[in-house]
Amino acid sequence: MTDPTSLSPLDLETPDKTFLDANELVINMGPQHPATHGVLRVILRLDGEKVMGLECVIGYLHRGVEKIAENRTYTMFNPYVDRMDYVAAVSNGLGYCEAVEKLLNVEAPPRAQYVRVILTELNRMASHQLWLGTHALDIGAITPLFYTFRDREEILKIFEKYCGARLTTHAFRIGGLQYETYDGLEKDVKTFVSFVRPKIDEYEELLTTNRIWLERTKGVGKISGKDAIALGVTGPVLRASGVKWDIRKALPYANYKNFDFDIPTGENGDTYDRYLVRMAEFRQSLRIIEQAVDNIPEGPIMAKVPKVIKPPVGEIYHSIEAPKGELGYFIVSDGSTQPYRIRVRPPSFVNLQALEVMCRGQLVADVIAVIGTLDIVLGEVDR
Amino acid sequence: MPDETKSPASPPPEGEPKPTADRPATPGGVKAASSGSVQSETKPAPDKPAAPATPPKAVAGAPATPAAAKPAAAPPKPAAPVPTPWDSPMIARLKGNYGSGIEPLTYLGQNYMVVDRSLIPEILQVLRNEEQFDYCVDITAVHYPKREKQFDVLWILYSFPRNERIRVKTQIADGQTLPSSVPIWATTNWLEREVFDMFGISFDGHPDMKRILLPDGWKGHPLRKDYGILQQDNEWVQINLGIESGQ
Repeated sequence: MTDPTSLSPLDLETPDKTFLDANELVINMGPQHPATHGVLRVILRLDGEKVMGLECVIGYLHRGVEKIAENRTYTMFNPYVDRMDYVAAVSNGLGYCEAVEKLLNVEAPPRAQYVRVILTELNRMASHQLWLGTHALDIGAITPLFYTFRDREEILKIFEKYCGARLTTHAFRIGGLQYETYDGLEKDVKTFVSFVRPKIDEYEELLTTNRIWLERTKGVGKISGKDAIALGVTGPVLRASGVKWDIRKALPYANYKNFDFDIPTGENGDTYDRYLVRMAEFRQSLRIIEQAVDNIPEGPIMAKVPKVIKPPVGEIYHSIEAPKGELGYFIVSDGSTQPYRIRVRPPSFVNLQALEVMCRGQLVADVIAVIGTLDIVLGEVDR
Repeated sequence: MPDETKSPASPPPEGEPKPTADRPATPGGVKAASSGSVQSETKPAPDKPAAPATPPKAVAGAPATPAAAKPAAAPPKPAAPVPTPWDSPMIARLKGNYGSGIEPLTYLGQNYMVVDRSLIPEILQVLRNEEQFDYCVDITAVHYPKREKQFDVLWILYSFPRNERIRVKTQIADGQTLPSSVPIWATTNWLEREVFDMFGISFDGHPDMKRILLPDGWKGHPLRKDYGILQQDNEWVQINLGIESGQ
């Protein structure tokens, strides 16, 4: 390290030099923090304001969901699944119900599948709206929070009318749906679609060409496509790095084959691209919802599933494209009414691993931006 | 319902279907106590059949309408699916090199391979480098306490260029360790830490083998079957939280 007494004025300008001959500063971004989206602890090693390295400590919200699963029957476990990614509970339920249905070798009837797709895409929009509001809030833009939460209310109202709950919906059952769609669901969804389209333009107007937003997000948290694949990152983060992959298209489930939609991708893999990808996903979700809501077929809403669910002995892995990435369920059945093992492959857990790679060399303020852009939910990280 | 408290230590799943003839609530005749047949005469194709959702239930003679109204009245399916072997050019190549150490099977349309423990780092490297399985989706383990090789560790891999997903399964005994896959896929760092945390299976060569979800000083590995559902590390709780017990 340089001898402070011998510094000439020029030396002070190069930011890489360790000016004060100090060690790295280790700062704790503790589990209680307004910007970590939950109880996440990040131990930062800083050189001035530059991040030299970081370590995430998780597990503050670990509730032992996988252990609980071994002591509940398949139907009893269904509500637990919502509580993992509590922001996008409907997707969690979809993944679980489909996995068990695969194990039972039944398929939900078409009417149930259409309603499932509609609710799941509405949930994707609600999750992205929450993401946008909180991510912008962390960076300092307070207005989008109010806009997105106000508009998200409409989605939550539809959920409430349908299944009684806004957030942890428990909307689906193994084999289909429990509740028939209420009178006016289609009308509500159509009104919502036409209501929210200009709102998305509003969000874009606030942020997309905003100079402060561009300065804060362009070039921040870059990750290349190759690194993203090696790190197992999925979801909008992967797509923003240029890899055009979406489970709804690659390994379709729940009649997504019937709908026409695109997969938005980005180029640079930085925070701004992830923002653009998620904004484009809003519009794609609306496309899917519009196609689905016009064509809901008549018919039963529940497949012929026995009252006591006892899948045959075997294992299955089924994954869906949750708003945050690839959400997978690995279920081992031993022939009894209780699963032998359920493993949930959480997208946020794996995406959070990439935090270190994305933040190296960035400034402390960028760590906040990157945590926000990864769109993690600690309920899912810790389970 | 008495079912919930039943501990899951039922016959270890070896892949043969249990004859589920002892349904608790089957009014009407319980015919077709048949399911024990291992010959898989149904479901030959790996495709998940959409059609047979209803036929197995509608079978069993009994007057259709009252039986259909009561889902519990359906007798067990005539034949449960069993894992069957599968083949592909990739399997042919792998078998050529490793012969009997690999057993490829498929169940319900999902392909997996049961691999000998000795092949482990090598076969994963081959799968990644030559067979293009560049994305490690998940690593997990299952505990079968009654078996000699108690743990089933599995890697779920996906290949972007081939759009193919496969599971690689190996069986290890209690106390045995596995080589870490961190040099192969960077994503396995936290995934292996979680397997260690929950099961106690250590991975040699892992850069940071320590607990991830549970606190650092915790004793016990919760997802093992001998760890009770209400069990906690009382010593840790008393020292760190200052309370008598977590219950």
